[in-house]
Amino acid sequence: MTQTPNTAARRAMRTPGLLLGVVLTVAMIAAALAAPWIAPFDPNEQDVLAILAAPDATHLLGADAFGRDVLSRILWGARISLYVGFLSTLAGVVAGTTVGVVAGYYGGLVDRIVVAATDVLLSFPQLIMGLLLVAVLGASIGNLVLAIAVTAAPAFIRMARGSTLAMRERDFVDACRSLGYSDLRIMFFHILPNILDELVVMASLWLASAIRTESTLAFIGLSVPPPTATWGGIVRDGFDNLLDGPWLALFPSLAILVVMIGLNLIGDGLRDATDPKGAQ
Amino acid sequence: MTDADIALRVEGLNTQIHVGSDWHDVVRDVSFSIRPRETLALVGESGCGKSMTALSVMGLLPPKVARIGAGRIVVDGIDLVAADEATRENMRGDRLGMIFQEPMTSLNPVLPIGFQVGEALMRHRGLSRRQARQKARELLELVRVPAAAERLDAYPHQFSGGMRQRVMIALALACSPKVLIADEPTTALDVTIQAQVLALIADLQEKEGLAVLLITHNLGVVASVADRVIVMYGGDVVESAPVGAFFARPTHPYSEALLAAMPRVDSDGGLEPIPGQVPTLTAMPKGCRFATRCALRTDACAELPPLAPVGGDPEHVARCWVRRDS
Amino acid sequence: MIRFVIKRLLLAIPTLWAVLTTVFLLVRVVPGDPTIVILGDQASAAARAELREKLGLAKPILAQYVDFMGQILTGDLGRSLATNRPIVDDVAAVLPYTIELTIASLIVGAVIGIPLGVWAAQSRDGFADWFARLFSLAGVSFPAFVSAILLLIVFAVELRWFPVISAPRTDALSERLAALVLPSLNLGLLMVAYVTRVTRSGMLKALGEDYTRTARSKGLAQRTIVWRHAFPNVLVPVVTVVGLYLGVLIGNAVLTEIVFNRPGIGKLIVTALNQRDYTLLQGLMVVSAFAIVVANILTDLTYGLVDPRVKTP
Repeated sequence: MTQTPNTAARRAMRTPGLLLGVVLTVAMIAAALAAPWIAPFDPNEQDVLAILAAPDATHLLGADAFGRDVLSRILWGARISLYVGFLSTLAGVVAGTTVGVVAGYYGGLVDRIVVAATDVLLSFPQLIMGLLLVAVLGASIGNLVLAIAVTAAPAFIRMARGSTLAMRERDFVDACRSLGYSDLRIMFFHILPNILDELVVMASLWLASAIRTESTLAFIGLSVPPPTATWGGIVRDGFDNLLDGPWLALFPSLAILVVMIGLNLIGDGLRDATDPKGAQ
Repeated sequence: MTDADIALRVEGLNTQIHVGSDWHDVVRDVSFSIRPRETLALVGESGCGKSMTALSVMGLLPPKVARIGAGRIVVDGIDLVAADEATRENMRGDRLGMIFQEPMTSLNPVLPIGFQVGEALMRHRGLSRRQARQKARELLELVRVPAAAERLDAYPHQFSGGMRQRVMIALALACSPKVLIADEPTTALDVTIQAQVLALIADLQEKEGLAVLLITHNLGVVASVADRVIVMYGGDVVESAPVGAFFARPTHPYSEALLAAMPRVDSDGGLEPIPGQVPTLTAMPKGCRFATRCALRTDACAELPPLAPVGGDPEHVARCWVRRDS
Repeated sequence: MIRFVIKRLLLAIPTLWAVLTTVFLLVRVVPGDPTIVILGDQASAAARAELREKLGLAKPILAQYVDFMGQILTGDLGRSLATNRPIVDDVAAVLPYTIELTIASLIVGAVIGIPLGVWAAQSRDGFADWFARLFSLAGVSFPAFVSAILLLIVFAVELRWFPVISAPRTDALSERLAALVLPSLNLGLLMVAYVTRVTRSGMLKALGEDYTRTARSKGLAQRTIVWRHAFPNVLVPVVTVVGLYLGVLIGNAVLTEIVFNRPGIGKLIVTALNQRDYTLLQGLMVVSAFAIVVANILTDLTYGLVDPRVKTP
């Protein structure tokens, strides 16, 4: 906590895993952003002559049961999967942290209600909760973001509350109060920066989790309706033709895996770099 | 003294730790020997090398971080420095026992007390679990743990700090070692409990003929239980004397300063803190390591002084150019 | 110990009540009309009213709540909208498969993860450590359906060692076990990752503790120190993490069942989703929330076994 960002950053650079993670993630984001220009085909264009085609010079990663180019679908699917992942994590982090800091700062009844509600939300398996919400709300990008954010928020509430409680005991919060700072100012300019380290680490791990949840829901059939490409959906399409063309499920699976590994490497690397105990 | 009546002999011990990319001496050329029933106190501020000396003797230096660079540590005619790890393992807990500063954390929280006390007997004497348990009960009675028989199956968290230190003593003495190393055994305890534990160690020492190496920074404890005193500073022995001579004529400027910083009943003067700080390991002066804080410093101090007799007493030596007998 | 068990069971009651209430509220208070979700927005008002009646949504919300709780207290989860069979029967028919899968994967996680973590901790930054880190990175990175598909492609499609459909055709033990191998490996992979990580860091901590130094001062062999003195102290965090991730495990069991085409709660959930079987879905939520509460109780009771500080306060 007391270390300068500089030493943390320097330690981060010494972690080869973190660097690799950044490279993998950035590459995938770049590919998603560039999809309209680099995708060889329209993701929904059906080529009847290429139905279930094996990878070749035209369809680098093969074509699916409708003759759609798998590479193009993966590239376009990345946009939806990453977009939903980022947006829902952001929403979960912002909402969860706000609630957690407020509950931890004020304590009392508000705090007790928040803790109880968090405990209840956490007693549902994350995936089952997301599944229930999307099933009830209906599958759309907005609802997906909402559902995944709701599954992510409790963890951030718990973390932010715990850190705020610990922080509140420290002298500098008293000092701020005696200077007449408003609660809001203390919370967001003095407490928040102190839990930022932990927040970033957790967020990068939850981003992986959010993307995984989205692709999982899509795999089950609970995502944006077809024919729009999402990673989980492409895997599902391939899985339905597993015996005819194992590669159809393989390539989109690998795409998901690359992002998962990239984000987990970033999360682990950041955690090691910001953990004062890891310094030894 | 012949080897026969010496329980532990340390000669020219040199211990180093790894800092950055270099090995630095934390114990330099330390020599002493202890007879059965004798207590030798190693005294100094934290970081002076007294605990590293104890861990070196016990063979418990953290691997990769610390190592013995030179010297001999002889117990029962065996040089522990030259011996292989298997031999050292056989000696640990059998001929050498150790008790640590923190009774709260030195016992394993998930193993019953009776087992922890008797374990060394299963290891070194081939006792069965039942025999070891029987012996553990006797040991707990020896260190005066009340209702020992019922408490064999209790866990450390059910004991107070003082009781845990008694358990630690029982554990260290299980195989009737020749040497007991006590690293700040009473520092973590209340004052009244401290006295009880020290009296217990003294009592057992008499009964079992133990040689005790006592590591402490508390000169009051030294005065009440030690036979000889070795003062360490920056890894060097700076003074070594029988306990009476030491308190009567502390000779090295650092020893004087230590005594002046100790609260006394018979003086109404204030305490005198020792000015300055111990230099860091990487910034140790070449010669006398106390020179940076010493009021008597002369040009000669750039050279490391030898341990030389002071006050005409061959048993009382100090490492100081200014105070040595001329 | 018995008092501890009773106390823990009593503590579960308010949690269970809160969890059930949440399921109830989630299904009813969320915006949107469930009858539209079920019947589609083309449905006639009459059809929707009829469904509303059938679902019990026409009553005041408090009355619905009393009905819901009363049903659950009597062990009734209602009837399926699609088949009109009692949901409890449907669940009871497949629950053993899901439990079997979960337990098998827990065993896989412990049998591989614990030795791997212990091994890694002893050669910090050595080969074992890197191997364990890579392995656990893979474990946490694979979404369950991705690893399942990869296992299926390699071992069932290409190597043909195992059937593509992991539903046992008969009740013979060998058949059941063969059908269990790939699914439990798949689910176990994630558990291996978590168990390895927590075992490694727990061992590193335990080996640096004062009591480990005490054990060394007794002249014990390294193997004895590791397994008899350090390892039991690692069990507490291992049990914690296993308990914590049982929820994740149950979620992933759903996916594993789908990919391997195994009967179980997971397949039932998908059936409910596909048929828009609202009451079945609600019942399954209750069952999985119940499973988590039970898992938490079991975790706390296991603490009592591995940590004497809980057993003998």
